[in-house]
Amino acid sequence: MTPASVVAPAEDPKRLADFEARIARGETIEPKDWMPERYRRQLIRMMSQHAHSEVVGMLPEGNWITRAPSLRRKMSLMAKVQDEAGHGLYIYCGTETLGVDRHDLILQLLAGTAKYSSIFNYPTISWADMGAIGWLVDGAAIVNQTMLAKASYGPYARAMVRICKEENFHKRQGFEIMTVLSGGTPEQHAMAQDSLNRWWWPSLMMFGPHDADSPNSGELSRWGIKRKSNDELRQRFVNMTVAQAKAINLTIPDEGMRFNEATANWEFSAINWDDFWRVVKGDGPCNRERLAARRKAHDDGAWVREAAAAHAAKQTESTEAAA
Amino acid sequence: MSSESRDNPLPLWEVFLQPPGGAAHEHAGSVHAGDKEMALQAARDVYARRGEAVSIWVVPSEQITASTPEDMGPFFEPGNDKAYRHPQFYKVPPGVRVS
Repeated sequence: MTPASVVAPAEDPKRLADFEARIARGETIEPKDWMPERYRRQLIRMMSQHAHSEVVGMLPEGNWITRAPSLRRKMSLMAKVQDEAGHGLYIYCGTETLGVDRHDLILQLLAGTAKYSSIFNYPTISWADMGAIGWLVDGAAIVNQTMLAKASYGPYARAMVRICKEENFHKRQGFEIMTVLSGGTPEQHAMAQDSLNRWWWPSLMMFGPHDADSPNSGELSRWGIKRKSNDELRQRFVNMTVAQAKAINLTIPDEGMRFNEATANWEFSAINWDDFWRVVKGDGPCNRERLAARRKAHDDGAWVREAAAAHAAKQTESTEAAA
Repeated sequence: MSSESRDNPLPLWEVFLQPPGGAAHEHAGSVHAGDKEMALQAARDVYARRGEAVSIWVVPSEQITASTPEDMGPFFEPGNDKAYRHPQFYKVPPGVRVS
């Protein structure tokens, strides 16, 4: 897989200049427009990873559907997980406009050759984790996706607009769970704090490596796919979240955190990137379990796809017979 | 048991939604489905979970004929060089509201 994304043919300089001028004018690039091969490959890589993340993201939460503490919470969680499936499909659909087939992308995910967001390789060991995921993980995703809704590639940007409308429900239901737990019994408060402690740093890592260590960022920003850098987005998320944690009486697990009056930023301690890369490279707490669950779901669903295909064939036959 | 060899990709359908309130159908995205009925159901589940639509069209993607970026200039030119088709082309005495 790697060679395809590294080596790309040299582009006609005139067409490349025209393309970059379009981006500079703020025009949207559409599927049939000419685009540099690197642009196409970067988008396929980024969008398919994003779609896979939505799909794998259903697993940590699916874990709690049968154990939700009330019917209200259970209905919300089911609706949220259903949304994640929908988000995966919106983005697969956008990726297919670049000339790849969803089927092939899914096979890459199942084969373990495609990446997805590392955050979903952490376990959900308490109910509070449903709160922390909605609040922090979806909160971080909103910051990222709001930026991507202005991406230069039309189908990606439009999928993000649709997703952003739905993500606010995810974040609010998560924050509500955390609010209720934090204000509950001492045990419930401790459960919420423990969950924040475990999810805080992985959430900051969701924005990706520091700008200086992010190999794809230069190209992505030059071509208007990413309009803000990883570090800018991470800082925006931190600034927003500090006040939210304080409001519900939870403590962000970073003793070194300081408010910088001059920049109006909450400065945070160094991120443990060794842990990040370990999980990205497949050695996180749940990498194997997540893929095994996806493969099982795919195999268990084979009869549904076969039945759909058989039904469609039968419909075609009877239509032809009637004609 | 691996089912990959038996898995054929299902055909692609484009999805158009009409929002409540009388606006026209608008392209929302696409779905894969074996037949038109399942395409409609999948479109509803994927694109209309929150009352976004009062009507859905699904069209086999291969049935759509579209203009290409290459003929963008000449193809649309007849509509671009006729300023007199726009109300701003016409002069109105100062202080009069016509529209």
